[in-house]
Amino acid sequence: MELKVLGIGCANCQTLEQRAREALLQLGVAADVTKVTDFDDIAAYGVMRLPALVVGDKVILAGRVPKTEELVSLLAHESPAPEVER
Amino acid sequence: MTTTAPPRTREAWARFAGTAALWVALFVLNGRFADWLVSLIPGVTEDGRLGEVIRFFIYDTIKIGLLLTAVVFAVTVLRSFISVERTRDLLGGRGRVVGYALAAALGVVMPFCSCSAVPMFIGFVAAGVPLGMTMTFLIASPLVNEVAVILVAGSFGVEVAALYVATGLAVAVVSGAVIGRLGLERWVEPFVFAVRTPTARGGAPRLDWADRFAAARVEVRAILGRVWPYLVAGIAIGAVIHGWAPEDLFARWAGEDDPLAVPIAVLFGIPLYSNAAGTIPLVEALNAKGVALGTSIAFMMSVVALSLPELILLRRVLTVRLLATFVAIVATGILITGYLLNVIV
Repeated sequence: MELKVLGIGCANCQTLEQRAREALLQLGVAADVTKVTDFDDIAAYGVMRLPALVVGDKVILAGRVPKTEELVSLLAHESPAPEVER
Repeated sequence: MTTTAPPRTREAWARFAGTAALWVALFVLNGRFADWLVSLIPGVTEDGRLGEVIRFFIYDTIKIGLLLTAVVFAVTVLRSFISVERTRDLLGGRGRVVGYALAAALGVVMPFCSCSAVPMFIGFVAAGVPLGMTMTFLIASPLVNEVAVILVAGSFGVEVAALYVATGLAVAVVSGAVIGRLGLERWVEPFVFAVRTPTARGGAPRLDWADRFAAARVEVRAILGRVWPYLVAGIAIGAVIHGWAPEDLFARWAGEDDPLAVPIAVLFGIPLYSNAAGTIPLVEALNAKGVALGTSIAFMMSVVALSLPELILLRRVLTVRLLATFVAIVATGILITGYLLNVIV
């Protein structure tokens, strides 16, 4: 999974990154976590509220910092397993 | 989606009704509860000065806590119906008057972390929302937020809170309109207009009432968790001042008669940065010691609406000239508000 954390280094953005990494660890999903801090790049995702999470090219979260449990279910939804069910 | 409410929704409403009933009961019984608590303290009578101060503290803490809970809850539920994307689309196709009013109103219900100011600015302007309306939105959001309004109401009364909302909205609308009128688009960093931002976004989650209530509960907990130390400190300061401080400590040099008090307050407020919750206890203390109300409110508006960190962030999308104009216009608006409040209150 390719996970991007969109943010400009504020406290919320750092908390989100930390929790996202924790969630991935709990899921046991191998992921490439990168940070996107450039405003041009952030705008290109159509994101207006920070921090945001992007999986591949899809914005899955913007403008809030959910608890780790919520991130686990959010990310579980995006990992390959549910694709098979459809 | 079925037409009858699913059990989850019914359960959420039942829980909401129960909580609302409890809220009303607490609000009504608060006065008696505070009396009762004071009567338990040995050696303190309700009529004495210390008793009065303690009673004021208990009563106000509970009252403001309850009000804050209700308003944050209501605003979060309201907010779950609108998104920034929808806000932007709404503003895109509006005429001048409706557009500015709407921009200010939406700014109030749509607060954002100051780190979102720049992406929102880009998103709005790149999608064709006029610069002036975008600025109105960005000014209104920190200036008139629900926590500030409740704290002002708690500290200064409902009338002052209403005046605060009205003048705050007026500052946002007029400042944005002036920036729009001056045609300052040429002072926006050019790359903003070149950004291609996708406007159609699929995958917005469909929310039911249970989700909305759940989100509101989380928000209430988060905001109260963040704000309570300021709140308790502010009310404690307020209680002590009401009981003991000399009334005219600042009145000599920052009272209603001093014409320089308001500009000094605004100038001091710009480099200071704090949220409304952190500023109001200070403002209440200043006001109680003789700083005129308009001067106090102008100081607070300046602290929350014009912040150095946010200006530094906005520098990425606005030229220095536009930033300076923005600060000058908003500061002038706040200045006028301060003088106006000093005259009419």
